Amino acid sequence: MFLAIRKKNVLSQLIINKMERNQILNEINEIFKDVLDNDEILINETTKASDIDEWDSLSHIQLVVAIEKQFKIKFSSSEIREWKDVGEMITSIQSK
Amino acid sequence: MKSFNELKKNLKKDFSSFKKIKIAIVGDSSTQFLTQGLRGYSYEEGYDFEIYEADFDQIEGQILDTSSSLYEFKPEFVIIFQSTQKLIKKFYKSDKSIAIAFAENHIKTVENFYFTLTNNLKTKIIYFNFSEINDNVFGNFSTKVEQSFTYQLRKINFELMNLSIRNKNFFILDYSAISSMFGKQRSFDSKIYYITDMVLSLEVLPWVIKNITDIISAISGKFKKCLILDLDNTMWGGIIGDDGIENIQIGNLGIGKAFTELQLWIKQLKERGIILAVCSKNNESTAKEPFEKHPDMVLSLNDIAVFVANWGNKADNIRYIQSILNIGFDSMVFLDDNPFERNMVRTHIPEVLVPELPEDPSSYLEHLLELNLFETASFSEEDGNRTKQYQEEAGRVVAQRSFTNEDDFLTDLNMVSEIKGFNKFNVPRVAQLSQRSNQFNLRTVRYTEDDIEKISFSKDHEPLSFTLKDKFGDNGLISVVILLKQKDTMFIDTWLMSCRVLKRGMENFTLNTIVKIAKENGFNTICGEYIPTSKNTMVQDHYAKLGFVEENNKWYLNVFSYQEKKCFITANY
Repeated sequence: MFLAIRKKNVLSQLIINKMERNQILNEINEIFKDVLDNDEILINETTKASDIDEWDSLSHIQLVVAIEKQFKIKFSSSEIREWKDVGEMITSIQSK
Repeated sequence: MKSFNELKKNLKKDFSSFKKIKIAIVGDSSTQFLTQGLRGYSYEEGYDFEIYEADFDQIEGQILDTSSSLYEFKPEFVIIFQSTQKLIKKFYKSDKSIAIAFAENHIKTVENFYFTLTNNLKTKIIYFNFSEINDNVFGNFSTKVEQSFTYQLRKINFELMNLSIRNKNFFILDYSAISSMFGKQRSFDSKIYYITDMVLSLEVLPWVIKNITDIISAISGKFKKCLILDLDNTMWGGIIGDDGIENIQIGNLGIGKAFTELQLWIKQLKERGIILAVCSKNNESTAKEPFEKHPDMVLSLNDIAVFVANWGNKADNIRYIQSILNIGFDSMVFLDDNPFERNMVRTHIPEVLVPELPEDPSSYLEHLLELNLFETASFSEEDGNRTKQYQEEAGRVVAQRSFTNEDDFLTDLNMVSEIKGFNKFNVPRVAQLSQRSNQFNLRTVRYTEDDIEKISFSKDHEPLSFTLKDKFGDNGLISVVILLKQKDTMFIDTWLMSCRVLKRGMENFTLNTIVKIAKENGFNTICGEYIPTSKNTMVQDHYAKLGFVEENNKWYLNVFSYQEKKCFITANY
């Protein structure tokens, strides 16, 4: 019985987490559109730099600065270097 | 100020109708954002900056090797950006025994860059000075230690100013001032620096770019000459018509201080040659009362070239001011606390620059300082007298209206013109006229002081400068002609004149002089050329009116059949 409740809590945590991640995804999708100047960009958690033409090392810096401004956070230099996809960016944002 | 992202979006736009300017950027840090942003900003200002960006950290290679691709590109401007971050590294790695000569050596290197560039290219240099930091190796005590980085860094910034005084085509982008306006925390992003080797934050970048463009604009002849002032709640707190002279806020009490300090700054502008005008919704006598009677007013009526106070609309009043001063709308700045008036003027005369003003008068001055409204590319002592000259001009306008016959008016003026070549006294003024004359300028060839000096020694040239004074006052040096001796003809390389002496017969007088010089030099023919720009349509028929005959886009005048033109000016050599 206790186990069942805990399971339910973990599940609801996961759902809340997923909702939060989706919200961040939507927000940074807007930033991507604006910074990369392309309204058709649609990102998901597995999107990588190589998937989007305009996402090069220079515009990456613009994205970082814009995301920092939007969420009022600061990334560390190792975070910026280590992201492999949008999902990892979201994890970084969530951890702040 | 537009953000870097917005400037970058301009890159996709059509620049083709804008004036092209070729610029090279060399830096010891990554300059990609600077390059992108600068081109994007040029769109905002109506320029098409074509930018050559040197490879990363190739300053010496690009500048000292005169066969490099930088020289091939033939830039009109070379921007050199050396950063404090790289300078400090160099300082730390260098031998301590030469630390004391670090600044001196750096200045020598920069001056060598300058000479190598300007001896091999017709170009101007824009050099970033350094953001000033204390590396705290000695703490505050470093000011007492010549070998400290802090001491040497500040010495470099100081000596760079001397270098720019020595070398006319060397201009400093005052990055030290910009970075202190933002503070190091906002102007430098250490994370971006370590990842990309860029030393400018995205926040400070547009301001750096604006200032570079301001310098280039001013050198290219585009800058502000006149500041038009609203009065109530702009020059003093309160409304003179309602509150009365004893209740307006100016002076040392409360918010009055903000207006006093603003006026002090405006007075400095006037003394360096910016023409001041007033445009106020008031009865004229009421509006003038504080200028005449308030003990705390800094500006007096003598500082104002044209004073307009009435109940008409401000756009019409600014048009009237323009008609008296005879300068372009695009060289005017209008200051008004009222958003309605600002928008009105912006809508009706979009060329006039109308800065936003913060609601709180205590931030007026700081805000205006940030905007760097009055960048210039020259300064001569004569500039400070400009207001007086425009006031005299207003006197002439009134006098002219009292004569029905134009010739009678001109005779009555008792005009005298002094004709001289170029000498060390008039070189700065001649260069300045060459830089700033847009309307009465037949070929719009811009010469710097350096160029003018060279021409003054040249055997192939006959340089002429003209002053004009009359009973109302002295206009100073107002016209420049540079004649080039070609094989069979005397070619008019430059003929320009200040618009404030239009319609005095100065053109006739000048041509009489040119013909005389051509004869003395044994030429039969004088050749002139009109090169159209967006601003010099005033003189498109200049040569036709003076009796020149056109052939293949050039205008020719036979010296021997020339009949001296009527004029009312006495020559003085």
